This record gives sequence, structure tokens and C-alpha cells, in this order.
Amino acid sequence: MVRFNNVTKTFPNRKVALSSVDFTISDGEFVFLVGPSGAGKTTVLRLIFHELLPTSGSVFINDIEVNKLKDDQIPFLRRKIGYIFQDFKILHTRTAAENISVTLEILGQKKEVIDKKVKGILETVGLLDKANYFPSQLSLGELQRIAIGRAVIGNADIILADEPTGNLDPKTSWEILKLISNINKMGKTIIMASHNIDMVNSLKKRVIAIVDGKQVKSTKVYY
Amino acid sequence: MKKIGTWQRLRRTPYQSGAAILIMTLTFFVTGIFFVLASFSSSILTYFESKPQVTAFFTDKKDINSIKNLEAQLKATGKVSHTKYISKEEALSIYKEQNKNDPLLLEMVTAEILPASLEVQASDPDYLGEINSILQNEPEVEEVIFQKEIVDSLLSWTSTIRKVGLIVVAILLFVSLSILVTIIGMKIALMKEEIEVLKLVGATGSYIRMPFIMEGIFYGLVGALISWSTLYILLLYITPSIGTFLKGITALSLFSYSGYNVTIWPVSILFMSLLLLVEIVLGMGIGIIGSLLAVKRYLKS
Repeated sequence: MVRFNNVTKTFPNRKVALSSVDFTISDGEFVFLVGPSGAGKTTVLRLIFHELLPTSGSVFINDIEVNKLKDDQIPFLRRKIGYIFQDFKILHTRTAAENISVTLEILGQKKEVIDKKVKGILETVGLLDKANYFPSQLSLGELQRIAIGRAVIGNADIILADEPTGNLDPKTSWEILKLISNINKMGKTIIMASHNIDMVNSLKKRVIAIVDGKQVKSTKVYY
Repeated sequence: MKKIGTWQRLRRTPYQSGAAILIMTLTFFVTGIFFVLASFSSSILTYFESKPQVTAFFTDKKDINSIKNLEAQLKATGKVSHTKYISKEEALSIYKEQNKNDPLLLEMVTAEILPASLEVQASDPDYLGEINSILQNEPEVEEVIFQKEIVDSLLSWTSTIRKVGLIVVAILLFVSLSILVTIIGMKIALMKEEIEVLKLVGATGSYIRMPFIMEGIFYGLVGALISWSTLYILLLYITPSIGTFLKGITALSLFSYSGYNVTIWPVSILFMSLLLLVEIVLGMGIGIIGSLLAVKRYLKS
């Protein structure tokens, strides 16, 4: 469960990114965060991920108040959350498989376990035949698949996706959306920021709409 | 799928790694040289201090009875632990033993041209001055070799070597530390993207810091091992020259512990092991301190 309790975020330049936002997302839900560019979608995700702290209010993941975590507890929070970035954040000196295995390496898992899990995830994201390719040898869609693989391989309960199709062509975007939807069917909570209305409408999932930092809609009816 | 470890990180930046190892090697090589010099001078000093000896050389006019009287006179003072009369013939055999490898020197010397002498060992180094005065005032004494002068001279050298060594080693350690901090800092900057991603997927601070600390330790260890090996080879190479310089001194002990006598001359495995231990500890210390400083400075969250 992810809960925002009257969260306001004001940046040092006095720009109000979020104003009194309240919502609760249950375990296993698929929720779209929608709104125009600069509306505050990414701020919501970064608050969940403890990349930002709220100016007022509280962010909860289950019973943990995220904004009250100490610095040394943040990595352990992040291990429970998979983050899919719009700009992928792929390591260019590592192969596709090595990029995905990073998550398991930091968990200190054994090589045999890592190899087995990475192979399974590469199969899931459709990149088994390109396991040893470097990022420069892959398309944008394939890079995003690596990012998805990296986000899910650690068995995170919550997956945050920040406009994961923003840089992709329509066909690849639909493939990525289908992949994320399949991950949701595996029981993972998905919170996906997007401004692609067609995509949001197609899945008929819950939508939280944010405009100018204000929450204008939170409905179980599709947008 | 291979894990990106310290070795891979080193291979990614070979020139920087090479520079770090080079400066570490240079530092530990110079440190090693001063360690050897300081140990060597200290051992020689101890050697002479443990032999509080005055040697009087007599002219040919001094007869054996007169020398025996002198010996008795010295023993009567109670300040002499041991005396030894060395006749001209004994002096020749000592000379022959010392120069057995130089036939030219042996050919030209006979017992007649060597003086008889009396070696007097004081029961305490403080008595050396008094014994020296007695011998100086004795008729038909050609020369008195008073080891206090040698000891004083050695003391001065030892002190200078230690002071200069400490200053030079301190400067080099500071330079090494600064270069290590800069090189690891550069590597952290080069890996900024990777560090950011590692943080985002839940890497702890220690997981991110550890490879850089291991890298610092690696530089220190490799620098220590290379410099130690080079110094060992150098010491073996100059051993014959040291032998000529230390003519008459068969062994120089640095210290004894639990029945093990650590000798610096001839250069022993125990002494070299001690030097290796010192360099490894110093290398790891510098590596850890340098990398920790770099990590603290460049890896701020």
C-alpha cells in the first residue's frame, strides 16, 4: 500500500510542485498518474522513492513513513521498489545481462542464483538472444526492456514507471505497456506516470490526475 | 555474467592505476632505503656500544713485561672487564685473515711492521675516558684508538639519517596520499553515472565505497611489494661492497625476540620479512586512508 497524506512539496525556488495531495494505492493495483508536463507526476514518484522529501504531509509505504527514514535505511526502502526511468539510466559499460544483474549483485546473491534469475528475466522482457549486447548495440525499446528487467528482478513489490514510453515509437510503446501490464498481473503494484491518453484509456485502470501540482481526480473509472 | 570488481575497475583506467602504483612504489622504496639505513646505523652503533673498548698500539721499544705491568695497573682500577695482549705475530695473523682475498696486501706485510697492541674492554662505557687517559700517559704508546669517538660519530650519523629519513618519508607519504586521493576522486567522477544507478537500485553506502577502498589497498599493497622486491635485489647486489666496508664485523644484530635473532648483516630473511611487514602495513594504511579521504570528499550524497 502507498499512501499520500496531505502532501505538499515546494522547491527552494518557491515553485509549488504538489499541493495537499491525498491518495491511497492498494497492493497489486495498477494506477496511472496523468497530467501535462510539469504537473508534478514525477515529483509524486520521487517522493515515494525518497529522492525528495515532502515540505509538509506524509508519504507511507505500508506502515513505513518514508519521509522519516534515516539515510542508512533508504537503500533498503529502494530494494522494495523498482523504478523504470524515462531516460532508462542504463550503464553503458555493461551488457544487457549485467545491467539487469546489478540489482541482485547489491543484494549479495550468489552468481549461480543471479545467472538463473537474469536468464528468466531476459526471457520475460524478450532479450534472451541479446544478453551479451552492450547498450550501444540495442534500440531504445530494448534499452527500456532492460530497465524494466532491472526494476523487477529484485522481486520489488512496487514498480514506479516514469513515462516509460515517452521516448519510444507507438509500436514499441504498446509492447512496453503490455509488458508492464503483465508484471501487474504477477501481483506487483504499478504506479505509472504518463501523458499518453490513448494508452491510459486502453488499460481501463485507475487514474490519479494532477494539474499544476493539485490533485484533480482519483477515480477507479478510467480517464 | 561477470561481476564488475576491483580488477575490472583498474583495467578501465590503466594510466591512472599505473600512476598510483608508481608513486606508491617510489614512496615505499625510499621509505625502505631509510628503514634499512636507520636499522643499519643503529645496529653498528649498538655493536660498538656493546664493545666499550680502547686499543693501545705500542712502539717496538715497549717490552712485554712493561705491557704486563700496564695490564695489571688497569685491572687494579676495577673499571676494566677484560684485556687482551696482541703480539706482532698475532696482529699479522689477524691482518692476514682480514685481507685473505687480497694477495697483494698480504705480500707486502710482515710481523715486523705491525705494532703490538693491548685491547682493553671497559666494564662500563662511562669508564672509557679514564682508561684512555691512563693509556695516553703511558710511555712508548704510539697511538690509542678510543671508540667513544667512533660511537659519537655514529650517533651523529644515526641521528641525521633518522631525521632526514623522517622528513623525506613524511613528504613522500603526503604526496602519495594526495595523489591517491586525486586519482580515486577522478575515478569516482568517471563512475558518477554508475554510482547514481547503484544508489537508485538500493546499494548501501558501504557497497558503493568498498570497491574504492579495495582499490586504495591494492595500490598500497602492489607498491609495497614492488618496492620491497627491488630493494631486496639491490641489497643482494651491494652485499659484497658492504662486506668490504664492514671488514672485521661478522654479524650485526638489530634485535632478538623469543630466541630469534634479527640480523641486518648479513641481510637475513627475518629482517627482510620485517621490512615487508612494515611496508605492507604502511601500504595498506596509506591505501585505506587515501581512499577513505577520496570517498568522503567525492562521494557526498
